[in-house]
Amino acid sequence: MQPILKARDLVKRYGRVVALDSCDFDLYPGEILAVIGDNGAGKSTLIKAISGAVTPDSGKIWLEGREVRFHSPLDGRHAGIETVYQTLAMSPALSITDNMFMGRELRKPGFLGSVLRQLDHKAMESFAREKLNELGLMTIQNINQAVETLSGGQRQGVAVARAAAFGSKVIILDEPTAALGVKESRRVLELIQDVRSRGIPIILISHNMPHVFEVADRIHVHRLGRRLCVINPKDYTMSDAVAFMTGAKEPPPEPLAA
Amino acid sequence: MSETQDYEKAAASSPSSVAVFAAHDQGAVKRIQHALHQTPWMVPAIVLAASILVFGLLLGEKFFSPFALTLILQQVQIVGILGAAQSLVILTAGIDLSVGAIMVLSSVVMGLFSFRYGLPTELAVAAGIACGTFCGFINGFLVAVMRLPPFIVTLGMWQIVLATNFLYSANETIRAQEIAEQAPLLQFFGNKIAIGGAIFTYGAIFMVLLVLFLAYVLRQTAWGRHVYAVGDDPEAAELSGVQVKRTLISVYMLSGLICAFAGWALIGRIGSVSPTSGQLGNIESITAVVIGGISLFGGRGSIMGMLFGALIVGVFSLGLRLLGADAQWTYLLIGVLIIAAVTVDQWIRKVSV
Ligand SMILES: Nc1ncnc2c1ncn2[C@@H]1O[C@H](COP(=O)(O)OP(=O)(O)OP(=O)(O)O)[C@@H](O)[C@H]1O
Ligand SMILES: [Mg+2]
Repeated sequence: MQPILKARDLVKRYGRVVALDSCDFDLYPGEILAVIGDNGAGKSTLIKAISGAVTPDSGKIWLEGREVRFHSPLDGRHAGIETVYQTLAMSPALSITDNMFMGRELRKPGFLGSVLRQLDHKAMESFAREKLNELGLMTIQNINQAVETLSGGQRQGVAVARAAAFGSKVIILDEPTAALGVKESRRVLELIQDVRSRGIPIILISHNMPHVFEVADRIHVHRLGRRLCVINPKDYTMSDAVAFMTGAKEPPPEPLAA
Repeated sequence: MSETQDYEKAAASSPSSVAVFAAHDQGAVKRIQHALHQTPWMVPAIVLAASILVFGLLLGEKFFSPFALTLILQQVQIVGILGAAQSLVILTAGIDLSVGAIMVLSSVVMGLFSFRYGLPTELAVAAGIACGTFCGFINGFLVAVMRLPPFIVTLGMWQIVLATNFLYSANETIRAQEIAEQAPLLQFFGNKIAIGGAIFTYGAIFMVLLVLFLAYVLRQTAWGRHVYAVGDDPEAAELSGVQVKRTLISVYMLSGLICAFAGWALIGRIGSVSPTSGQLGNIESITAVVIGGISLFGGRGSIMGMLFGALIVGVFSLGLRLLGADAQWTYLLIGVLIIAAVTVDQWIRKVSV
């Protein structure tokens, strides 16, 4: 099977810090791939290079076999890659609806939309409400409430709902449950499995080992800016994974295929 | 794993009722804070209504007449138009110190193209508008692409444009009478419509229509939402699919374009083309924006508020003058209003905490 998303020799330097050190990456169709690694290992930089938020200094990326070069997050998005960034990337003063549709606003049909460029607020609101409902986030009272008036977890929920609603090829989640309560985390895990059942592969970055081992098909262990190994969660324990990722234990010799 | 399942089971059996916060009663102060968060132009609107009322009670007919009230509109038209340009820039968390200078240079270009080069007035006006837009483009390019701070960029442009204006015009004024005879189109915005005692200049009408138009664009179009998003958090905006550079450049260009229209309206207002006019345009427009409740930190406020802010200044100026007070009282009170407005802005921001 061909990977849907493949990267080879990605390098990204920030001054003297090497965030990506000729890093390889493979994501196969329909799978949930977890990416684990210490703080500062370069996980966020890796997924930013994939989504277009960061331009790698060198290295190549292929999406569905074709080489891609993204110059902005918008490029990645147009290619069907939707990302929840660790920082969430929301405009605090704008409403939930505004944020969900940022950069892909719906315009009214006919003259109002095509000539007067008028936004279809109603359509966007009902869509946003529906997506948040699916995620069980209806403790949110008002879809037009500013994002800054939401709790940290609610914000994260909105960001996840946004990615799940629009991702068509790949969905990337950078620590999507970090701020979430027990129940909300469960909903996000369910949502992840739901998205996979729609055939869309997911990259999940998380420090939560039980979550990772519960949903992941494969685990990409990231260490010092590169892929150390890929393991099958059925073959290893959580302690093994943590030992690989912290360098306490040598990685398995053979890189695991799909 | 079994441990994991256990604690989650406990959570699953919790009640799943929705909107538990809804019943919880907020205090009146909190409710006001929330209302202002939603409609930031409310404060200036209330201050404007109150000041009209107070001066109306103190001065009676003298102030509360169609003539006096429309006179205020005429007196604030230039600041109002510049304020519209300033609002756009400040919404992106920038500031434009060059608005007044761009206005004057554009009006000088319109004048000189008509009189020095003898071009048709329509062409001269178009050249002036192109000049203003180009100045805005330079600002936008330096801010968006070179990533220089807007304050510094427009501080520099202010000096550059003003000096260019004096050098180019040789500091010569084109007299009103000449313009009226040979290029009346330049004084277009000075035309008036009289309804009873009320006198509406085209410039004042243009100011109101411009603000209404921009209010529509900012609220109802994607570009408008992007302007707010860029001002709010440019990195988040970029990550969520806004073309930040393009949006910033378009904002500064539109600002320059509006300044050029202000230059055209300025000719209508003072009759002549004068390179020394409009020097306080930048400070006055920033004042209108701040009193109007637009946040200097970007991303918050509405352009209607700016119009109310400009009118508040106009009401105070005229009202105090009619009362026979020293003009310094106007400046003193406006200073107080500025500080009060920023205080309110800070308070509204705390709504999230
Ligand atoms: N914009 C930046 N400028 C400078 N250095 C950066 C930048 N972004 C990341 N780095 C550096 O690159 C390295 C990798 O960072 P990255 O955010 O990818 O780590 P991470 O694996 O996502 O960590 P965490 O688990 O804490 O999120 C770190 O040493 C960090 O300091
Ligand atoms: Mg990270």
